[in-house]
Amino acid sequence: MDYLNLFIKSAFIENMVLAYFLGMCSYLAVSKTVKTAFGLGMAVIFVLGITVPMNWAIETYFLKPTGVFGVDLTFLKFIVFISVIASMVQLVEMVVEKFFPPLYTALGIFLPLITVNCSILGGALFMSNREYTFGESVVFGIGAGFGFFIAIVALASIRERIRYSKIPAPLRGLGIAFIITGLMGLAFMGFMGIKL
Amino acid sequence: MSEAVKTADGLPKQGWLSKKQRRLLFDPLNDNNPITVQILGICSALAVTTQIKPAFVMAVSVTLVVAFSNLITSLLRNTIPSKIRMIVQLMIIATLVTIVDQVLHAFSYSVYKELTVFVGLIITNCIVMGRLEAFAMANKPMDSFLDGIGNGLGYGAILIIVSFFRELLGSGTILGNNVIKPLGLYDMGYVNNGVMLTPAAAMFVIGILIWIQRSRNKKLIDIS
Repeated sequence: MDYLNLFIKSAFIENMVLAYFLGMCSYLAVSKTVKTAFGLGMAVIFVLGITVPMNWAIETYFLKPTGVFGVDLTFLKFIVFISVIASMVQLVEMVVEKFFPPLYTALGIFLPLITVNCSILGGALFMSNREYTFGESVVFGIGAGFGFFIAIVALASIRERIRYSKIPAPLRGLGIAFIITGLMGLAFMGFMGIKL
Repeated sequence: MSEAVKTADGLPKQGWLSKKQRRLLFDPLNDNNPITVQILGICSALAVTTQIKPAFVMAVSVTLVVAFSNLITSLLRNTIPSKIRMIVQLMIIATLVTIVDQVLHAFSYSVYKELTVFVGLIITNCIVMGRLEAFAMANKPMDSFLDGIGNGLGYGAILIIVSFFRELLGSGTILGNNVIKPLGLYDMGYVNNGVMLTPAAAMFVIGILIWIQRSRNKKLIDIS
């Protein structure tokens, strides 16, 4: 039950995109069509689901004073986390390039940019701040990825729907996406009242 | 800003910068702005813009990091194996960010204390990574350096505009000095708008900026 609560909390109440506004760049740039948004959302779930527990293991067994080295190495947290994330993303990129070429071309520069998608590093740092256990870090990683997935698919659906609306020409595309995201963020503030 | 680009276009070569290099330097201020056109570096634009001062220091630090990481990556571009390029790029960025962090720590400790978290955030600022991937990996060192400075300036310009409005409307101050009080607006019933301090308001301000920019610069309009 705790795990289910944590999942709902990380996906909705503490939504990476709409509550913390992390991972904005790829969120805005790849949300033009539902198809690419779906692909990026799945990639983020996958990367977060792997990197958060992996970073958990590295932090617990190597960086903490209770780990193998017996010295406090937590000041290396940033560099270690980012290298783990970078290598994982590189792996995902190779897999996607090999097995799903159309998705690879559709995601373009934004696949490498998952590395610097702040929600991935943010996920790892939240995990270390909140002192999750291994099981919790797995659930949290997948939950946070799922939150990103929901947010990006929702925005992409809205943007597909409003394609034929009468928006002032200069506001079309990016401008209205910003304003929609702001409104979605205000709406998601409603979840903050829920206590689990 | 668009004036500067026009004159640079009109004259073939002036001073020590060629026409192409001028474009690299000035295009990101308007036509190719990292935030409003390329959609890079939004997260930090939301996080540091509640006040002008941190936004300014952030802009300067990002400019330095982008410029030098572009330069270094461009110098190494033929020796970086493409399979592990991201890790190499991140190491370059992380090293430079650590240098900026230490310099701020040593020479201006008060600013450093205000900014510790944000300086670390430059590592995950997609402007740096985006420019390395899109420009420095394929261009000469000098051009890459100018491209970095240009993009840093374009980013900084947006940051300062957004933080100006958020600070003025959200807390009623400019650079920490209260400007609403001397005007006596509070006595007339004026209240600061707390929503301007939430990240959602930054989305609105940037959205409106994009609207203004695109209505002045028709070729940026999104047709799709």
